[in-house]
Amino acid sequence: MLLELAPDDRAFRDEVRAFLRERLDPSLAKRVREHGRVSAAELVQWQKTLYRQGWFAPAWPTEWGGAAWPALRQYIFDEEYHAAAAPPVIAFGRDLLGPVLMKFGSDAQRQHYLPRILASDDWWCQGYSEPGAGSDLASLRTTAELRGDHYLINGQKTWTTLAQHANMMFCLVRTRSDGKKQEGISFILIDMATPGITVRPITLLDGEPEVNEVWFEDVVVPVANRIGDEGRGWTYAKHLLGHERTGIAGIGIAKREIDYLKELAASVRRHGRPLLEDREFRSRVARVEIELMALEMTNLRLLAAPPGSGPGWEVSMLKVRGTEILQEISELQLEVAGCSGLEVDAPGAARTRGAASARYLNLRKLSIFGGSNEIQRNIIAQQIVGG
Amino acid sequence: MELVFNAEATMLRDTMSRFIEREYSFQARKRRLVLPDGFCRDTWKSLAELGALAAALPVEAGGLGAGAMGTLIISEACGRGLIVEPYLATVVLGGGLLELAATSVHRPLLERLTEGSCLLAFAHSEPESESDFGGITTRAMETRAGFSLSGRKNAVIHGATADMLIVSACVGGAAADSTRLSLFLVDRRDSALQLRGYRTIDGLQAADIAFDGVTVPRAALLGEPGEARPVIDHVLARANAALCAEATGAMQSLLERTVAYLRTRQQFGQPLARFQALQHRMADMAMHVELARSMAYLVALQVDGVDATARERVVSAAKARVCIAASFVGKQAIQLHGGIGMTDALDVSHYFRRLTAITRTLGDEAFHLDRFAAATP
Repeated sequence: MLLELAPDDRAFRDEVRAFLRERLDPSLAKRVREHGRVSAAELVQWQKTLYRQGWFAPAWPTEWGGAAWPALRQYIFDEEYHAAAAPPVIAFGRDLLGPVLMKFGSDAQRQHYLPRILASDDWWCQGYSEPGAGSDLASLRTTAELRGDHYLINGQKTWTTLAQHANMMFCLVRTRSDGKKQEGISFILIDMATPGITVRPITLLDGEPEVNEVWFEDVVVPVANRIGDEGRGWTYAKHLLGHERTGIAGIGIAKREIDYLKELAASVRRHGRPLLEDREFRSRVARVEIELMALEMTNLRLLAAPPGSGPGWEVSMLKVRGTEILQEISELQLEVAGCSGLEVDAPGAARTRGAASARYLNLRKLSIFGGSNEIQRNIIAQQIVGG
Repeated sequence: MELVFNAEATMLRDTMSRFIEREYSFQARKRRLVLPDGFCRDTWKSLAELGALAAALPVEAGGLGAGAMGTLIISEACGRGLIVEPYLATVVLGGGLLELAATSVHRPLLERLTEGSCLLAFAHSEPESESDFGGITTRAMETRAGFSLSGRKNAVIHGATADMLIVSACVGGAAADSTRLSLFLVDRRDSALQLRGYRTIDGLQAADIAFDGVTVPRAALLGEPGEARPVIDHVLARANAALCAEATGAMQSLLERTVAYLRTRQQFGQPLARFQALQHRMADMAMHVELARSMAYLVALQVDGVDATARERVVSAAKARVCIAASFVGKQAIQLHGGIGMTDALDVSHYFRRLTAITRTLGDEAFHLDRFAAATP
């Protein structure tokens, strides 16, 4: 931690450390740290371990089984979690759908879905982006036609992360095509086993099918699966934006990646000595370390400040700089790996030398997803320029 | 972990903001620059009356006990107002050396400093050792009456207008151990000094000073002989922390001016602020300012509270980051203003010049990157 913790926060940190030491399988942690492959089953198993500890949802209120930790505790947890190289949680259900259900869902929806999210009994995917609706998400065209007690859904989603493992999707659909485009959107929950849904994996530049196209052809979804009012889906989805303050900067992951980078750079040689001792290389590593310190301090300031007291665009800054830093680190790791890092590991096989290049290629996504960094800069500029 | 200003700090910040607003318009600053000293002694007295000169000092040294956070708040205001009075030279450097090194003999000087009746400058850097602060070659030979100083000091901030200089030197002849430094108080008006004062690009001033056997009494020795190095390092760390805060204030002002200008300046039938290329530039400037501010806070929180190694590490991280931000924000502010940003008539170019000077003062980006890397496992 950048700053000294109060004694009770230190005790909390030690408790988290002890848990991770006891319950996190070292071989899984090693794979996470070295950018190896982790299977969907392993992820679910690990998430259930967190659930049994009561720590799967640090930010959720206790009435729904969350830990309801204050922001600094969540931050400490995050830092320890990633320092130990625990696998990143598949957070679509927990972080994106959960808060929407809590605020806008019906009692029946909350009672059915929230416990299942908490226990990782459902794997949720997010049906937002479409071929014609990326950064301009409100242009989405997948339609939901009301037919008595159900909707008939037709259209196509794309870039749907890990939809091949998902049994549920929360989805933005168009229920009206006249008027303002944001006002014709509804928020709906879809069982992926419903007839008429086709999932087609998209192989990405690193050879992995991380995202998918999802096609809907006359898919029947009960009206009871709609969250809140028809036509208010855009508002519900937007509710989340700007609220995520602890994890979005990825500080904990970046710290671990810098440690790993240094470990790698100490083991290869340039001009007859360890690369890490090369002044020019070390200086570039130092720059990233300093960027990370600045971002961490910014994040801590934000957590300490009363809500609403900041300039209003902090979260966009955390996203932009956090993703840029992770990309920079992966670039340095690629440099360390040299040309042997170019080897392509066989699909599904254990990662070996190709881990650095696979990671570098894969991390191009960071500045694109979750609101591209260009969109984030638009948001920042709009806030500082005003009207 | 104190990341939110407490009541006293908030009060000090508000006091300083009001002072800058009331007394330190750009026009008022210009009038001060053409005074014989290049700054205004009445303004200095006003700052003393506000408590700004005593704010950071510990209560037992006659201060208000606001510490490094106090220095941050005042320095940030200095940056916003482009203050030309010698806060860094007299209070942060001079006052810091007195606070940490002075024995009872020199305590009264601290009182005069906080009253605003004594200006100090720190004569430390030398032509051959500008950026590493080591390798001091100025020598102090013991004589029957005291010491005889020989050597050259350069770019002494406010060196030509201070009342007293604090001079670093090694006691002994050519073979003296240059890591064992001592501090001497020298009257700036001493006719034996060869002093050449000059303006710097930021409207402030500095002096190159040659000592060719300048004699000072034994009482001129500040603190214990040969023991000044840790004190000097600590005070230079504080000065860099202050520069980080000052740069943050200057950058914040530049950002506000740039945003305001782009909102009003019309080209191609619309305000420049409507163009996305320029919007993204402003977003980048704003992020640099916030990140620099974070580093200024971090270093202020730690500069007096951690061991020397950790302190140098965090100071270097902060200064390197602030230099990067200052360079980016300064250059973009001029670029986005276009031709008018180049003129002496607009304050933008003055902020830019001060920021440029800060990036060259007490170690630049490259120096601090190196030092940070060396201190980081």
